[in-house]
Amino acid sequence: MSIPLSWYLILAAALFCIGLFGVLSRKNAIAILLGIELMLNAVNINLVAFWRYQDPVKMTGQVFAIIVFAVAAAEVAVGLALIISVYRRRKTVIADEIDLMKW
Amino acid sequence: MTADRIIFLLTAGVILGSAIMVVVTRKLIHAALWLVAALFGVAILYGILQAGFLAVVQVVVYIGAIAILFIFAVMLTRKETLEKGTQTRPNWWLPGILGLIILIGLIILITGHIDFNRTAEQIPTNIDTLRLLGVALVSPDAFVLPFEIASVLLLAALVGAVFVASGKKE
Repeated sequence: MSIPLSWYLILAAALFCIGLFGVLSRKNAIAILLGIELMLNAVNINLVAFWRYQDPVKMTGQVFAIIVFAVAAAEVAVGLALIISVYRRRKTVIADEIDLMKW
Repeated sequence: MTADRIIFLLTAGVILGSAIMVVVTRKLIHAALWLVAALFGVAILYGILQAGFLAVVQVVVYIGAIAILFIFAVMLTRKETLEKGTQTRPNWWLPGILGLIILIGLIILITGHIDFNRTAEQIPTNIDTLRLLGVALVSPDAFVLPFEIASVLLLAALVGAVFVASGKKE
C-alpha cells in the first residue's frame, strides 16, 4: 500500500468533474443519468479511500459506500422509468423538449 | 515506482479515458458500454484498497444491474434522429470550463490540506474487515437503521419504477 491518499482524491475529483461536464453538456436525458453515475462513483472512491487510510477497523466509510450503491440503484430505476414513460407519451428523450411544466 | 503504483496509474488511466468517452461519444449505446469499462476500473480500485466486498458489489450491482438497465433504456428509446446530429447542447464549452475550474480548485484544496505522500498502514492480519462490515451493517449499536432505511428505499423505488413505467393505466 504505497499509494498516496492524494492520488485517490485527485482521481476522484477528475472523475467527478468529467461526470459534471456530461450532466451539463448532454442533451439526451439518459446521457445525463450516465454522468450522474460517474459522479456517484467518484464519491464512492473517496469514501473507500478514506476508510482505508484513516482507521480500517471502523467500517463507516464502507457502510456509507453501500448506502450510496443502494441510492444509486433506486435513482437509476426511477429515473429510467420516468424517461421511458415520457418517451412513450411524447416520443422524445431530449431534456429540453420535456417542458410540460414550463410556463 | 512500485508495482501497486503502476497498477493504480494504469487503472486510473482506464477509468478517466472511459469516463471521457462516456461523456463525448455520440452513440448512446457506446456511451453505456464505456460506462461499463469505467465501472470495472473502479472495481479494480476497490480491490487495490482491500475492500473486496465492495469490488464484488460494484461488479454485481453496478455492471450487472445498473449498466444493463441503461442499455435496455437506450434500446427502448432509440430514435434515428438521435443517432445522427449532435448530442451536446449548443453551449457545451460552458460546462467544460466550469468542470475545469472545479477540478483545478479541488486539486489545489487537496494538495494544500492533505499530506501529499501519506500512505496507509497494513491492515493487521487478525482483523477480518469483511466480518466487521457484516456486523456493522446489522448491529443495533452501529448501522442497522440506515441499512433498513436503504431496504425500504429500494422497495419504494421498485414499486415506483414499475408503476411509472407500466403503460397499462390511461
